Amino acid sequence: MLKIKNLHASIDDKEILKGINLEINPGEVHAIMGPNGSGKSTLSSVIAGKEEFEMTEGEITFEGTNLSELDPEERAHKGIFLSFQYPVEIPGVSVTNFMKTSINAHRKANGLEDMPANEMLKLIRDKSEMLEIDRKFLSRSLNEGFSGGEKKRNEIFQMAMLDPKLSILDETDSGLDIDALKIVADGVNKLRNENNAVLVITHYQRLLNYIVPDVVHVLVDGKIVKTGGKELAHQLEEKGYDWLKKEAV
Amino acid sequence: MELKDKLVSSFLAFEEDFGADNEVHQIRSQAIKDFEDLGFPGRKEEAWKYTSLNSILKHDYSVFPKKEEAIEYRDIKKYLIHDIDTYDLVFIDGIYSSHLSQTTHDKIDVCLMSSALNKPQYKPVIDNYFNKIAPKSGLNALNTAFAKEGAFIHIHKNKLADKPIQIINFSTGNESALLVQPRNLMVVDENSHVQIIERHQSLTDHPVLTNSVTELYADKRAIVDYYKIQNDKSTASLIDNTFIEQQAESHVSVHTFSFGGKLVRNNLNFYQKGERIDSTLKGVTIIEGKQHVDHNTLVHHIEPNCESHQDYKGVFSDKSVGVFNGKVVVEKEAQKTNAYQSNNNILVDDKATINSKPQLEIFADDVKCSHGCTIGQLDEEALFYLQSRGIPRKEARGLLMYAFANNVLESVKIPEIKKRINKLIALKLGVELGFNL
Repeated sequence: MLKIKNLHASIDDKEILKGINLEINPGEVHAIMGPNGSGKSTLSSVIAGKEEFEMTEGEITFEGTNLSELDPEERAHKGIFLSFQYPVEIPGVSVTNFMKTSINAHRKANGLEDMPANEMLKLIRDKSEMLEIDRKFLSRSLNEGFSGGEKKRNEIFQMAMLDPKLSILDETDSGLDIDALKIVADGVNKLRNENNAVLVITHYQRLLNYIVPDVVHVLVDGKIVKTGGKELAHQLEEKGYDWLKKEAV
Repeated sequence: MELKDKLVSSFLAFEEDFGADNEVHQIRSQAIKDFEDLGFPGRKEEAWKYTSLNSILKHDYSVFPKKEEAIEYRDIKKYLIHDIDTYDLVFIDGIYSSHLSQTTHDKIDVCLMSSALNKPQYKPVIDNYFNKIAPKSGLNALNTAFAKEGAFIHIHKNKLADKPIQIINFSTGNESALLVQPRNLMVVDENSHVQIIERHQSLTDHPVLTNSVTELYADKRAIVDYYKIQNDKSTASLIDNTFIEQQAESHVSVHTFSFGGKLVRNNLNFYQKGERIDSTLKGVTIIEGKQHVDHNTLVHHIEPNCESHQDYKGVFSDKSVGVFNGKVVVEKEAQKTNAYQSNNNILVDDKATINSKPQLEIFADDVKCSHGCTIGQLDEEALFYLQSRGIPRKEARGLLMYAFANNVLESVKIPEIKKRINKLIALKLGVELGFNL
């Protein structure tokens, strides 16, 4: 599904990613762990198409399409979803209206008519119930005045609504208390199937107790220094990242 | 002949036509002298530094429109707030149109300035309030000299205007170029409440210049919500001079929505003459092309324990020019004043301009006054967020600008106005909202 070969990316001439190789297949959950500043969030931004990063080498393909020429919205239309670490506040646009705009933009790009209102309402109702989201919450302005947990839950709600093929969860656990974490993780697990894939980006192993990865990669200084099974996450929890940093040198 | 000379020499004919024995004859005669002395404001005056009237004063304006143009309701319906019940005062080329209007004298007076100036029963109100707060300036004097028609609203003590009052001035283009000068007087007595909607709309491509003066008195505990919708053609210019005097514990809000016109200048002045007064001034400006919108505000805090809230937002595209000049004066006696002012702007294109100038003159020592001004582009992170949700960049920009401007609407108290303005904003920004607002 997603193939990354020798990806180098920089911002303002500073190289952040220094040769990433990664392949994610349908039905898989991958985790990328790493210390602060290792390039985890950069990787997610580059996959989603953020312009301020420059790809200097390598390639990213998604279902055979080279992503490098595509705008962020075109990548979204192909089924890539990024759950933001810091979702942006949009005053004056309610969660519901934002989702309608987003879904219809996807449909338009794929040659479909706008989703009928009753279908939209049903979808919103189903997904908000799944994530235990209060109806009142949906009429509030997007992310405005939301707590950290509400923002993250709202990101997963958007993911549920858009039903992407590849979901990238960037530090989705940060700012969540344990109850919220469980709800979010349950939501992600319910959305998983053999046709979609999840890339979890996290500093801590905590989230991976709930969203269990098939593969764990460790990113240090812009490179994947180790790849293993879910037990690697436990190892990191116990030993920290220092031993891998040494190995990387 | 220059416009100024033409206007001065037209005055005699105007007086003959209207009656030199009229009560306000003295006031008019003085006003034309003042106008002769002061003339039109020029850019050497500090308050007009960023706005030149030259380009709109060069036309050979007709001052006395011939007769009422026949306009059918269906032609103008879209300019009216028609989905709710309202009192309507409709003027066409400065002349009252009775068949398009709905007036009342039942508990409140919603009628015409021409009646108020001529009928004895209104004499006490005219004597007390007409031309009392508008300060001496060339533009005010010009309007006063030719003051003849406009809205006269008197909400008597303890009365509630049961529906909003719409004042709409149409110009039809019968004349090649037209100058209209509406003169409005609104007296809102103690404990009374009224909502007012004002709009100027050209129906022609001929140049139109409106120089309007509105005086509004809010007595003790009166509540006034005033909405100005400025979405005119790019051949129409508007100078709106509005002067508001408030007595103790009154609340007056003015929302100005400036979405179009060749040149728009809003002189909006508040004078607080009692304690615990609340004055609210809000504005959304969204313009493009070569349009020019200037907000010149004054809040004069004279008594203690009062508040003022100013929030102006602007989105400027192409070569459009915005001006915000907001002055707050806090007199020595006006302790415990809370005065807030903010002016936030987005410049969409490189050649768009905003001149933003807050002016605070504070003579009291125990006050809270804040002002802030921002000029920026759209936040790239927010754009990326929207794009990553599949929303194309152009629409994402529109949506962000919509969100930026939209929150000024929170204080709009008439839902139909809020809805209408929301739609106008979305339309102006090319946002297909895909949802019902």
